[in-house]
Amino acid sequence: MPLLTVEGLEARHGLLRAVRGVDLALDEGETLALVGANGAGKTTLLRTIAGAHRASAGRIGFDSADITALPAHRRVPLGIALVPEGRQLFTGMTVEENLLVAAGRGRPGRWTMATVLDAFPQLRPKFKARAGDLSGGQQQATAIARALMTNPRLLLLDEVSLGLSPVAVDQLYVSLQTLLGGGATVVLVEQDLGRALRVASRVVCLLEGRVTYAGAARETTRERVMEAYFGMTGGR
Amino acid sequence: MIFLNQILQGIFLGAYYALIACSLSFLFGVMRIINLAHGSFIVVAAFLLFVLADRFGLPPWLGLILVVPVMAALGWVLQVLVLERSLKGGLLVPLLSTFGLAIVIDNLLFEGFGADTRSLAPAIGDLAFASWTLSDDVTIGQLDAIILLAAIVVLGGLQLFLAQTRLGRAIRATAEAPDIVGLIGIDARAVYGFATAIAIALAAIAGAFLGLRATFNPYSGGMQLLFAFEAVVIGGFGSLWGTLIGGIVLGVAQTLGAFINPHGFLIAGHGFFLAVLIARLYLPPLAERLRRRGRKAVAA
Repeated sequence: MPLLTVEGLEARHGLLRAVRGVDLALDEGETLALVGANGAGKTTLLRTIAGAHRASAGRIGFDSADITALPAHRRVPLGIALVPEGRQLFTGMTVEENLLVAAGRGRPGRWTMATVLDAFPQLRPKFKARAGDLSGGQQQATAIARALMTNPRLLLLDEVSLGLSPVAVDQLYVSLQTLLGGGATVVLVEQDLGRALRVASRVVCLLEGRVTYAGAARETTRERVMEAYFGMTGGR
Repeated sequence: MIFLNQILQGIFLGAYYALIACSLSFLFGVMRIINLAHGSFIVVAAFLLFVLADRFGLPPWLGLILVVPVMAALGWVLQVLVLERSLKGGLLVPLLSTFGLAIVIDNLLFEGFGADTRSLAPAIGDLAFASWTLSDDVTIGQLDAIILLAAIVVLGGLQLFLAQTRLGRAIRATAEAPDIVGLIGIDARAVYGFATAIAIALAAIAGAFLGLRATFNPYSGGMQLLFAFEAVVIGGFGSLWGTLIGGIVLGVAQTLGAFINPHGFLIAGHGFFLAVLIARLYLPPLAERLRRRGRKAVAA
């Protein structure tokens, strides 16, 4: 029984069909990398799974319950958390307050203020600083830590390395690796294909809202993904 | 010394303005809504307290125990029935809908209570006029002192609530990013409901002091709204301590205006308000232009 099942999912931005009939299934403990060009529908798919965007057709199942119609704030207690693109912190509040505001709203579990700070030690010296004053890497760490405070069973990470320095990305992925090693279930949108293939167990490629490739990360070559990425089917 | 007394009385008056202004400022800070029915809600609370005192002999301090929760519930209803729907229509619609609501409330009060002027002062006996005399020229009204204390407690309490409590933090987070809070399990609609309930409950406290220190009638709401609005604009919209400063500045300007000329009370207040508004509009671009000119001069 998969933790997450997505069946025939459609989502629109006005007249634009951003997600067109996507099917996905994700088992507990898996890490799925979602790749695709800009505008392929990756962010909309993640936001629809989290409940921040309305599904216009299809079904989202989570742990055998149909959650398609639930608003985002009622999916959090079930164990779904999205780290949104662009971090979206409460910039006027401190790091501590950003974490506190999420505490106790999801499920009980191993993530508390103390364990989250162990996972992201770079936040310790910035604990009382305004989130808006942090560097990009620290902000991203805060955004992930904030999501973890709800103790999600499924963590959705949207472009966590976007706009960060290479050093900051490396540091972030050190923390994420320990997270993934701990058996977390993650859907990850990542522009760096090599990195995505290294950390994920499975890869799904979207093109114009449709799945054009799905496979185990181990059996996936860069070339095969690039074909799906640009829509070159069976050209070679 | 007379001059000093005028300033002192202005500060006390300003504390009252801060009390009537803080919920206007709070609601704007959280929901970006200017509630034009705010003054009318203050008068509704004053009338409720008046009925409790007049018919049932309940002193206003005790009456507040009943009226605050009733007004909070009214705030929740206001959010669900009017504000939430209005907000979907953009920035202008809440202004129009709350303006219309103010007219409805004022006329319902007129329908129910007539045009008579009322006051809660008879219900508190000597306290309405008792004062401490510090010197020949300087006296402090005991009720004025209570109002100043109440303003500090209410503003400080609100500040503490927003900084330290779970709901307070949720309100601040929602104020900053209403589209994002759902992702960490906060129901933005419920938060808006709580915030409006708090704002209207605070209007009840303001209503008590309106009735205690002065008289009111069904159409007093407009003037309360105007003074509250001026205090908030002078102090900076959305800033709570700024609202206290703004109220005091307005109160002092009015009292000094009245000191200079018997007709100067309102004109000094409005004039000062306009001066602050114009300074806010024109000073920053002017300063920017001077800075640029300075930079050019240095470069040359």
